[in-house]
Formats: sequence, C-alpha cells, structure tokens
Amino acid sequence: MPTMVDLNDVAKRYGDGPLVLDGVSFRAEKGDLISLIGPSGCGKTTLLRLIAGLSPLSAGSLAVEGRAPSIGSREIACVFQDPTLLPWLTIQKNVELPLRLRGVSTAEREIVAQRMLSLVRLSECAQRYPRQLSGGQRMRASIARALSLSPDILLLDEPFGALDEMTRAHLNEELLDIHRQEAWTGFFVTHSVAEAVFLSNRILIMRANPGRIIHEISVDLPYPRTEQTRESGAFLSLVGRVSSLLRAAEPLPA
Amino acid sequence: MSKPGKRILTFALPAIAGILFLAVWYGVRAMMSEDQKFLLPSPVEVLSAFGEHRSVLLHASLNTLEGALIGFSAAIVISLLLALVLSLSPLVRASLYPYLMLLQMTPVIVIAPIILQWARPGLPSVSIITFLICFFPLVVNTTQGLISTDRNLVDLFRLYGANKRQEICLLRLPAALPYFFTGLRIAATLGPIGAIMGDFTAGSSAGDGGGLGFQAIIFSSQLKMAALFATAMTGCLLGFVFVAGVVFLGWWTLHHWHDSYHRADS
Ligand SMILES: Nc1ncnc2c1ncn2[C@@H]1O[C@H](COP(=O)(O)OP(=O)(O)OP(=O)(O)O)[C@@H](O)[C@H]1O
Ligand SMILES: [Mg+2]
Repeated sequence: MPTMVDLNDVAKRYGDGPLVLDGVSFRAEKGDLISLIGPSGCGKTTLLRLIAGLSPLSAGSLAVEGRAPSIGSREIACVFQDPTLLPWLTIQKNVELPLRLRGVSTAEREIVAQRMLSLVRLSECAQRYPRQLSGGQRMRASIARALSLSPDILLLDEPFGALDEMTRAHLNEELLDIHRQEAWTGFFVTHSVAEAVFLSNRILIMRANPGRIIHEISVDLPYPRTEQTRESGAFLSLVGRVSSLLRAAEPLPA
Repeated sequence: MSKPGKRILTFALPAIAGILFLAVWYGVRAMMSEDQKFLLPSPVEVLSAFGEHRSVLLHASLNTLEGALIGFSAAIVISLLLALVLSLSPLVRASLYPYLMLLQMTPVIVIAPIILQWARPGLPSVSIITFLICFFPLVVNTTQGLISTDRNLVDLFRLYGANKRQEICLLRLPAALPYFFTGLRIAATLGPIGAIMGDFTAGSSAGDGGGLGFQAIIFSSQLKMAALFATAMTGCLLGFVFVAGVVFLGWWTLHHWHDSYHRADS
C-alpha cells in the first residue's frame, strides 16, 4: 500500500498565538478512511487545512503523495463543514466548478457532473438552486463537487454535523458505497463516535491544548458495512471503547 | 383577521389615506383668504396645469432623464472600477476612504458653481453633478460586497487552484451583487434628484432646452404655482420610474438565488 499522507512531528500555531497542534505524526495509506475525533478546538479543522495546503505548517514535515502539499493540485478535494455551494449557480454548475476552474471543456464537465450527481443520487436536482434543496441534499451536492475532480485524497470536515440521525446514517452508508467505487483516501472529522466507528478503518483520537493524537484505534469490522453492522456486538464494544478514551481525553469541567 | 379582509385593507388603507390627503388639501385652501389662495393651487388646477404644459414638461423630463442616465451610468462604471481597486487591500482602503468621505461630505449645491466653471452648463454639468451624487453609495456598497465574500468560498477557490481573474469573476463579483444593488437603489433615488438639482443650478436653455430644474426656475419667475406643482410631481414620477427600473433589474438578476426574494415558506 503506497503512503498517501505522511505527517512527521507537525506543529502549528496561528501568528504568535499558542500551539494549536504539537507533535502530530501519522501515515495514511491508500484507501484508508481515517476518522479524526476529539474535543472542540483540538485542531481537527486545522489539521485538514494543513493537509490541503490551505495553511502553512509551523514545524515538522508533511508529504502528500511524497511531495509537499501544493495548493491547486488535482489530488486533494475538500468537503467543508458547511456545504459552501455558490448560491447563484445551479447544483449542476456547482458540481462542475472545480473542473471549470481547471479549464476543462463544458461538454466534458457536464458529463462528469451528471455522473457525480447520480452517484450521490441528486440527478433530479441538477437544475435547481442550492436554496431549493434540503440540508442533506446540499451536503450531498458538496460531496459530488469534491468527487468531480476524481481526487486521490478527500478531506471531510464534519460534513453531516448539522443533520438528523436518520439522514446521517443514510449518508454514511452512501459515503461508504462511493468510497468502495472511487477508492480515495479519506479523512473524516466527526463528533459522533458511532459515525467514526461505522465509517472508518482507523480512528485518531485527539486531545486539545495543544492538539495531539493520543490514541489510534483500528476498526476491524468488515466492509461493506450495513445496518446490521450497527447492531453487532463488535461495533457496540468499539463504540464503548472509543467513547471512554474520548472521555479521558476531554475531562468534564469540575 | 381573515385573509381576504387583510387583502381588502391593504388596498383600502392607501386609498383612504389619499382621500384624507385631498380633504386636508381642500381644507387648508378653504381656510385661506382669496389673495392667499394662489399659494396653494387646488388639485384640479394642478391637473389642468399638467395638461396645459404637458409638452414642455415631457421635454424637460427627457432632458433631465438624459442627464440622470449619463451621470448614473458613469457612476456605475467608475465606482465598480474603484471598488475593485479598493477591495485589493485594507491599506488601499485606509488611504483612499478619507478622501472619498471628504467628497461625500461636501454639499453638491456648493460644488455646482465650481462644476459650472469647469464644464458647459446644461447636460455636461448636470451629468457631472448626478455622477457626484450617485457615486459614493455605489462605491461604498460594492466595495463592502467585494470584501465580504464568504471565507470558506475563497478557500474553496484557492483549493481548486483558481487564479485571480477566476476568483474575481466567478466568486467576488457575483457575491457582491446584492450589495451592489443596495447601492444602486440608493443611487437611483438620488440620481434624478441630483439631475434636477444640477439643472436648477447649472441648467441651460441653450440647444434643446433645460430639464425640470430649469423649468421650475422659469415657472417660478412667472409665479405659475400650479405649473410648479405639476413640475414637482413630474420630478416625483421620474424618480419613481428610475427606482422601479432598478428594483426590477435587481429582481431580475437576483431572484433565482438570493434569499431576500423568497419568504421562508415559499
Ligand atoms: N484562523 C485562525 N486564527 C487563529 N486561531 C485559530 C484560527 N483557526 C483556528 N484557530 C484556533 O485553533 C484552535 C483549533 O481550531 P480548529 O478549528 O482546528 O478546531 P476543531 O478541532 O476543528 O474544533 P471544532 O470541533 O469546534 O470544529 C482553536 O483554539 C482556534 O481558536
Ligand atoms: Mg472544526
């Protein structure tokens, strides 16, 4: 398995503020779906921004597919916490946007966008505007847009945070389905332990002040995972184990 | 209240207010002595003044409209260019905003005589005065729009390797449109006022004649009160057409996507 992302003793501070990340090291192999979980403010979003090349490191080293991350490279796509769709473009045009910015021809990007929209089951909504979609549909459009570049690495920052449990569970299964078909390496930030266990093959548990990875759990549940997976004993015991490690990382205020 | 009841009321109330207004108008006239009455012509007299002077008023309106449109359009183009420059950096804004403020603070009525020395009276002066009045709200709002782009969207564009031109054309300009139209609506209410005021101070009957402001001076010197009232109302109508045009343009551009054109439940 080739190494897709390699972080070595990475530290980050904004300006001359305190260290937000300190001594962060890990490797992601091709096809990994890694969940990042930890208390609010522990630097999960920051970590994704470093990997995306949106923000520079303060110390340490980071290699994406063997090179320093460069902005605008084709291999990384990102799904932000909000759908961040352009409200003045139709869903179809939104999904085409990354290709348009790369100068791909209209005909070609229309074909790709339609394929991505059917992948996230939004084909009927292609000609609508973002405001005419539900929160879950917008999120799916945002995922379709990220996938349109056929990225090697997909960064997802709490994409389903604002959705209800049912929609969320449904989108989790869809995401796994897409992952099986498209085989990117994924980083998935979430606050839900169950979601982390259900989706990923590895979970990184983080602590705040400064942000560090304090545990790594591998999730050995077989893919494809389904509704039955959620009810299995192995799943539930993993959820229990991650939850207690997380509680230890995040001591409740006295 | 029931829905039809409410609907009737939304039509009835302005009608009632209008009738009350006319009643007060006639009431005040009734209280005036005969030799004061010329100060306040009756609505009927105003209407007939409209009829009597309609070709003069129409001609003056078109002249005013021309000046207003030229000044307004120039203000749009130049404010857009300046807003793009101002949106480049806080440093640029900090160095230029004080002078923009100064320009805005100076009363146009005082600048008008200066303009009149620099440009020919009539259309050139009127256009410049309109431009000066429309310019500021457009620059300020458009600049605000250009620098208020959602940070996440800017990151998105960076992530996908957008160049500066793409960032401006595909992101910053469309995102600034609602702000631009806010400025445009303010400018549209000011534009005809500016043109009429400009015409009042810098108008000229040379060539094909003056605008509404110039016509007001003529009627005033002739003590034609009813005609003055008719002129005022023509100006009001002109302003209304201007604003309505801009409101329609805003609706046409934004209604597909902007939340301000949609109620929460529609
Ligand atoms: N642009 C910035 N400038 C200065 N400090 C920042 C900036 N962005 C984040 N921080 C700080 O860095 C720390 C980590 O922020 P980050 O957004 O990465 O946390 P997070 O783990 O994603 O939190 P959450 O779960 O609430 O989204 C926080 O203390 C935050 O205040
Ligand atoms: Mg975050």
